[in-house]
Amino acid sequence: MSVHSADAARRSRFKINKRMLPYVLSLPALLACIGILIPFFTAVAYSLQRYRLSQPWAQKYNWGENYLNFMSDPAFWNTLQVSMTYAFLTVGIELFLGLGIALLLQRRTRFNNFVSIMLLMPLMTAPALASLMWKLMTNPGFGILSYWATLLGIEDMKWASDPSTAMLTVVIVDVWVYTPFIMILLLAGLRSLPRQPFEAAELDGVPRLFVFWKITLPMLTPFLLTAVLFRVIESIQQFDIIYAMTQGGPGDTLTVFQVEAYLNFFQSTNVGRSAALLMILWVITYILSTIFIKNWLRLRERARGEA
Amino acid sequence: MQTMNPIERILRAVALSLVIFFFMFPIFWIFLMSFQTNETILRVPPSMFFEPTLTNYRSLISGSLDGSTATLEIQFMGNLYNSLFLSVAAVSVGLILGVPAAYAFAKLKFRGSEDIAFTLLSFRFAPPLLVLLPLTIYFQKIGLADTYFGLIWVYQLIVLPLILWIVRGYFEDIPSDIEYAHRIAGHGFWSTFTKIALPLAGPGIAAAGLLAFIFAWNNFIFALVLASADKQPVTVGALAFITASGINYGQIAAGIMLSIAPVFALALYAQRYLVEGLSLGAVKG
Repeated sequence: MSVHSADAARRSRFKINKRMLPYVLSLPALLACIGILIPFFTAVAYSLQRYRLSQPWAQKYNWGENYLNFMSDPAFWNTLQVSMTYAFLTVGIELFLGLGIALLLQRRTRFNNFVSIMLLMPLMTAPALASLMWKLMTNPGFGILSYWATLLGIEDMKWASDPSTAMLTVVIVDVWVYTPFIMILLLAGLRSLPRQPFEAAELDGVPRLFVFWKITLPMLTPFLLTAVLFRVIESIQQFDIIYAMTQGGPGDTLTVFQVEAYLNFFQSTNVGRSAALLMILWVITYILSTIFIKNWLRLRERARGEA
Repeated sequence: MQTMNPIERILRAVALSLVIFFFMFPIFWIFLMSFQTNETILRVPPSMFFEPTLTNYRSLISGSLDGSTATLEIQFMGNLYNSLFLSVAAVSVGLILGVPAAYAFAKLKFRGSEDIAFTLLSFRFAPPLLVLLPLTIYFQKIGLADTYFGLIWVYQLIVLPLILWIVRGYFEDIPSDIEYAHRIAGHGFWSTFTKIALPLAGPGIAAAGLLAFIFAWNNFIFALVLASADKQPVTVGALAFITASGINYGQIAAGIMLSIAPVFALALYAQRYLVEGLSLGAVKG
């Protein structure tokens, strides 16, 4: 009897614990993040205010004025255009290259595995430091790439300091850093595909280009979509590479969203405009990330099903 | 793929060589540069042959830079120390906060758990400046500006979602029967968590920790906005170093090498988990 009641007591205590337990376990992590939500709402408020750090006394709500001003603000349209161009160029090239390299390395040989690990090194380089590395290589005075450019007959290539080649230069750095990301994701995807359709196609003597378009690509689509969305979300927010390379210059050639917002905040101390810019960027990334997360969840379920 | 004609074989080899060259050459070239003095770096045409010297590394480690006119104090080792301290601390805090939460999300489904997990994940994709800029103003007010504590807290933005989602996957893979068996043998929740769940998810926790360390180490924007010179990690410090050292390119190259070496070593060590970590568990490596 006493054994039984002790058991019941333990069970009832266990029951209370059990209801509270998940909250107790996840509360510390949540508290740490709630601290992050406060600045987020502050940013929303700032975006609706006239607020310059240099004139704190004039801080007041002007509601949508910051956003309305964007309509007739060529600097804003420039930011939007530069950001879109950057995202489109980097992700486009990275997808093309990444898929190509993944196909080259598809077979599980020791050499291929070794190469794919070596190719991860750029991805492991901090983007800001990668920019510095390329800065040393594109220095007009002694940079090896500038020297090679002269060998190709391009005299006086100024890379990031020339408005006409600045975008090209940062895109190359981005491609260097992030192509391995797409490559490694697609490689894992390729290697996880079932073998039967490919074996059947080979037995039937189906041309390989046909196999690629009709079997490989469709089966790879979820992986492609995840990789591309992931990269677009990151690329449209790129800051490190561009800031470390040119700080947005020369002029306004590379003032993408986050760089422009940073300069607005710290140089022209226009907090209101900076916050409004970031809110627009946030809306874009939020829409993209909800699509991404859905797709990502599906892949995750599948990956866990295979494990 | 089995039937490869010679032309295709050659094309493949050429393509692969170009790929390896493009991705490896910059690291190789900066590596060479780090063993040179300005004298050999500034040669035209550039050449791979030179007398290697350790002076760049030596002056970085000793902290004084001998210029042509004066000796300059540099705090590169301080930056390296900051990177190490910030990353280790951020990952430790992230693991302490994230692992129990990951367990709750994996094993004890509760009301709102999915929504909360997604909110945490969405932090990973929001523009960091959106949070950082208001935070600079708040940190000034509450005295967290330019403290390690403030930085470590903000680092949770990148560290926590990573740990949470990777470790959660590992917890979900543990069959619940094993845990029930342990419970039925009369052990409580805490014992089940520490004796069964944690050891079984051990590799996943280690992988998440290593990856989180790499992300924290490579981060640039948090410290750029929130840290002053004496708290800066290498990513920010190296940028300031370029302006400070003027034209001593060999030392910049040596600084870059020292900054990326620890991450390369970790990445090689944790390569098995890289794919999974980079895709937040969407793709198994």
